Amino acid sequence: MCNQAVSLIAAELERRGVATVCLMLLREVAQKVQPPRALFVPFAHGYALGAAHDAELQREVIMAALRLLSRDDVPVLEDFAR
Amino acid sequence: MAEISELSLSLRLFLKAYRWRRIDPVPHTPLRKPLHEAKIALVSTAGLVAPDQPPFDEHVKGGDTSYRELSNDIDVRTLIDTHRSTSYDHAGIESNPNLGFPLDRVRELASDGEIGSLNHRHFSLMGSITAPGRLIVQSAPIVAQSLADDGVDAALLVPV
Repeated sequence: MCNQAVSLIAAELERRGVATVCLMLLREVAQKVQPPRALFVPFAHGYALGAAHDAELQREVIMAALRLLSRDDVPVLEDFAR
Repeated sequence: MAEISELSLSLRLFLKAYRWRRIDPVPHTPLRKPLHEAKIALVSTAGLVAPDQPPFDEHVKGGDTSYRELSNDIDVRTLIDTHRSTSYDHAGIESNPNLGFPLDRVRELASDGEIGSLNHRHFSLMGSITAPGRLIVQSAPIVAQSLADDGVDAALLVPV
């Protein structure tokens, strides 16, 4: 449900001129809902940034997501890989 | 990895019958400037609130679609997890709210010059919204227009 909620907000942002990228925890939901740009992360619910006290991993996830902002071939759905 | 198969039986049965909202056509705004010049905002659906804000309400039928503004100068450690979903482990976010609202991380990225700047405010919602009609017609347009009015170039959206 969280994946759908962020996707719907992202769509509204894009309609109003703000570029977006969503982290996605469920690939199946991302494929069905189609957020404009999304990074699928292989983590458990509650851990979208990876691990609670691994700041380096959290930064890597964020940068991998933000790099997708340059993509214009929406919907974009890429996998996070370290 | 998060898999639908790991969720409880009742939730799986619900999801099997659930009609997901499909975004079609997919709207798209190009990033207007390089990332290292862009103004960034966060949108989180982890149900986090500041100490002086009311908690999200798990009893609203179809989901609480209200939102909270979080100031860019807030201390992330003071954020309170008011998401009551039992379908995920809250221990991580309770020990470090950056897992659902990574403000400290984007501050570091701004200070390292990877991103241009951070908006003066960010938005927090609670994501257990099974009936997203009110989200689509009320909260999402307000949140989106607020960030557009702030001149935000790009938003990072984080589910839980």
